[in-house]
Amino acid sequence: MSVHNPSDVFELGILSVYVFLLAVILGLELVRRVSPLLHTPLMSLTNAISAISVVGGILIAGEKDVRTLPQILGLVAVTAAMLNIVAGFMITDRMLKMFKREPTKGGKH
Amino acid sequence: MEGFTQYFWQFAYLFAAFATVFAIKWLNHPSTARRGVITGEIGFALAIIGTFLRAEVSPSHYLSILIAIVIGAMIGAPMARLMPMTAVPQFTALSHAFGALAAALVGTAEYYMTDTPPHGFTIVALIIEVLLGFLTFTASLMAFGKLQGLVPSPPITYKGQNFVNLTFLACGVVFGVWPMLTTAPVWVYPAFVLIALIFGVMFILPIGGGDMPTVIALLNSFAGASACAMGFTLENRLLIIAGALNAASGFILSVIMCKAMNRSFTNVLFGAFGQVQDKAVGKAEKRPVRSASAEDAAMLLANSSKVIIVPGYGMAVAQAQHKVRELSDQLIKRGVDVQFAIHPVAGRMPGHMNVLLAEADIPYDRLHEMEDINGEFPECDVALVIGANDVVNPAARHDKTSPIYGMPILDVDKARTVMVIKRSMNPGFAGIENELYYDPKCLMLFGDAKSFVAEIVKEINAQVPVGA
Repeated sequence: MSVHNPSDVFELGILSVYVFLLAVILGLELVRRVSPLLHTPLMSLTNAISAISVVGGILIAGEKDVRTLPQILGLVAVTAAMLNIVAGFMITDRMLKMFKREPTKGGKH
Repeated sequence: MEGFTQYFWQFAYLFAAFATVFAIKWLNHPSTARRGVITGEIGFALAIIGTFLRAEVSPSHYLSILIAIVIGAMIGAPMARLMPMTAVPQFTALSHAFGALAAALVGTAEYYMTDTPPHGFTIVALIIEVLLGFLTFTASLMAFGKLQGLVPSPPITYKGQNFVNLTFLACGVVFGVWPMLTTAPVWVYPAFVLIALIFGVMFILPIGGGDMPTVIALLNSFAGASACAMGFTLENRLLIIAGALNAASGFILSVIMCKAMNRSFTNVLFGAFGQVQDKAVGKAEKRPVRSASAEDAAMLLANSSKVIIVPGYGMAVAQAQHKVRELSDQLIKRGVDVQFAIHPVAGRMPGHMNVLLAEADIPYDRLHEMEDINGEFPECDVALVIGANDVVNPAARHDKTSPIYGMPILDVDKARTVMVIKRSMNPGFAGIENELYYDPKCLMLFGDAKSFVAEIVKEINAQVPVGA
């Protein structure tokens, strides 16, 4: 990803904007369909998902001749994001485990 | 083999992007939801492994990064395991803080990566990433403080607050746009970071506890948007997709919350709603209310054919959900149809009541959204309100002077009898008198929600045999 000529940079940027727009639209549609029953797990799950920024932290902290300041910032970011990923997925699963149907027959609705 | 490791990350990211999409998609129903979580976890594991194998990541740094990962996981896992379910809103606020901090730190690291800071499109995305990241970091910590009771929950306001906030915002914009246009002096970036951090605090100060559902959803959205902006700076489409999904999700939730209160974003964020209004307090005249004992309540409930329970934040505070489950079990045993009506903004975050009731082993078939159950109140014998207030105030339907006018409410006043468990006659979060309490068919049950419900259960067990 190091050297691009200007038109390549522009094209990659535009491509990213396409991806972004489609992802937003997909996100809006998907979330609209999530049952309000599960809005709290939805928040903890999407929160874990946003911690995908761990990837950015690894790329920064892993750069070959990285300077000390960016390296430290990158490593702290990796820790914070990882905490968020682990806690987010685990708590989501813990909550979802609690949602149970009526044992014998379905409810009246 | 070399080709494989070289391109592995591309496929790992591709899979991870799909995994995040399906993780959210499968949340549309409780029966598929856990499958979604597992898929998401696999996607993330692959994304992390894939990143390690990228040519950009030097093996000489593997150890330090692994240590960082292990530390994060070692703090995160016990946090998630030990947290009591009643603390879900605080916990969510805290995890937004960490996610946003990570994004902001990566942005800052990118800024200081080389002698010349990034330019062009990259710096624009970077500034957005850092602004949202640091702002969300402190705002989420403040929200955590308010929910945990470390910071006073009512709105904190002072004269000219909006002016001060706008001035700060303007400074932030100036310091943020400066590096986009030209090479800025060394102090500009740190000043920008500082303003973003302070602004996060000031942003939450005037927001009251009852508006937390909207604000938490909004912070969720910001954290996602920040990760998404990072995707643009790093040309990383996995980050763009995951961040955009999160941003869209938080945004929709906050819109749903605003609609459920019939308020606009600006009103929630700058309205300082929920201060005790002098006007509303002055209006409170002494009118008679009917109160009842646990014994009366027990008889009425056990002899009903349909009971709808309306839980609110008060139930969470009193930790009464397990007692409520016992009550519902005893009533069901005696042939009563028990259902639960959940208002979208009941509690301190979207879906808060559902999680608490599910924790108390109440099957989700009995939990109903407002639109689905409102039509059933007229045919219900008793509507039992536990720790909810504004969401059942009929003034929202007809009193144009009421601050909550127009807010959709649960129509408990249409039930044959309404019972309200409440500590005292003090007005709720919005500081508004609730005319429901003066309705002749409303019985006030004064006391702590948990002990009062326990007493009702005791009375039912003592007086009404099963199968009577």
